Amino acid sequence: MAEEKEPLFSKKNRALLSDPLNDNNPITVQVLGICSALAITVQLKPAVVMAIAVLFVVCASNVTVSLLRNLIPSRIRIIVQLLIVASLVIIVDQVLKAYAYDVSKELSVFVGLIITNCIVMGRLEAFALGNGPWRAFLDGIGNAAGYGFILILVAFFRELLGSGKLFGEEVLGHKGKHMPIDAVGLDEAAAQLLDMSTGLYALGYQNNGFMLLSPMALITVGIIIWAQRYKNRKLIEK
Amino acid sequence: MELVNIFIRSIFIDNMIFAYFLGMCSYLAVSKTVKTSAGMGAAVIFVLSITVPINYLLNEYVLKPGALSWLNPAYGVGSKDEIDLSFLSFIMFIAVIASMVQLVEMVVEKFAPALYNALGIFLPLIAVNCAILGGSLFMQQKDFSNIAESFSFGLGSGIGWFLAIVAIAAIREKITYSNVPEPLKGLGITFIITGLMAIGFMSFSGITL
Repeated sequence: MAEEKEPLFSKKNRALLSDPLNDNNPITVQVLGICSALAITVQLKPAVVMAIAVLFVVCASNVTVSLLRNLIPSRIRIIVQLLIVASLVIIVDQVLKAYAYDVSKELSVFVGLIITNCIVMGRLEAFALGNGPWRAFLDGIGNAAGYGFILILVAFFRELLGSGKLFGEEVLGHKGKHMPIDAVGLDEAAAQLLDMSTGLYALGYQNNGFMLLSPMALITVGIIIWAQRYKNRKLIEK
Repeated sequence: MELVNIFIRSIFIDNMIFAYFLGMCSYLAVSKTVKTSAGMGAAVIFVLSITVPINYLLNEYVLKPGALSWLNPAYGVGSKDEIDLSFLSFIMFIAVIASMVQLVEMVVEKFAPALYNALGIFLPLIAVNCAILGGSLFMQQKDFSNIAESFSFGLGSGIGWFLAIVAIAAIREKITYSNVPEPLKGLGITFIITGLMAIGFMSFSGITL
């Protein structure tokens, strides 16, 4: 077989990893997997957990289906694939419930919705059914990384602009009840007692609470697509 | 009254697309013309209003903690041998959905060929539509008290999805004549319009019946 003589990281295989990050991004170009992607991008932490969960499910299901690809009768392949994916998602769900209970509560039904995440089924149909396990594994990593990248980017902007935090840490300063102007001549302990604003908030900056609501997730993705296509003009739809 | 409340809520307030982004893939892929999107929307209404009640029964009598107490009272909640099969719900729900879609396809083909011609190509797509599995998972979370409520939830969610996809298809048909910035054409502008529509739908929140 010619395929086995190829080095593990030949040019073709490297393209499998790098293409989905930009030219063939699953979210912004192939339009797959938006379903469960947007609802969990209010904060970075669940977005990162979701990206890792999808990485695991896409890789494992790609490899499994690619190993079984000559055994699955093509008439019932959708149901077989759904069952493989569903079993993997149950593993993810149980692990999350055991080790990260609050994140799993936050993700609620969206863990289960990885089953019908179009990225998983899309990659199985388009790639794993026709390629060997190693290439399918690389393809899985590439696509899940492209998906996770957009997810984390959206979550970064929404959490930073919406609540002034990253991973729950206040990065733009503390928003207190009072502006520092009210408290001229107080020492530091008294200032803390009064719960005064620091950082950007001391200059009068306000959080944009609208970023936390669902419409802004859609608009953020729209703007990311706009920026990407402006840079990469061959993606523009005619 | 509770039924009407659930029905209206699931159409407007907890709209599948605008509040939870479920079924976005087919929403974006099939919404190029009003005609095809109406077909897809009808298929979603159909399948959701069948699968949600069936999965409700499955959850109530097999999967829920202590649900097997009808077999033997010793399996009920709180007793020593309590059985909790809820970790199986993902695989059971998706199996029910996939097989129901196949069954519905066959029944419709046999008894209503005209309907089959209208829905035909969309039915297989629906097994992997997140809105369908999402409907069942939300049903499990909301803990409805009887099957009629779950049916009303399924039907309402389907109608909400139908409204959303037909509306965006109508806008996309018109927008082909507008002068959209090149990089924003197609996908980008669709996302932004959906966001604006979602803002419009937010005005329904807070309504109680």
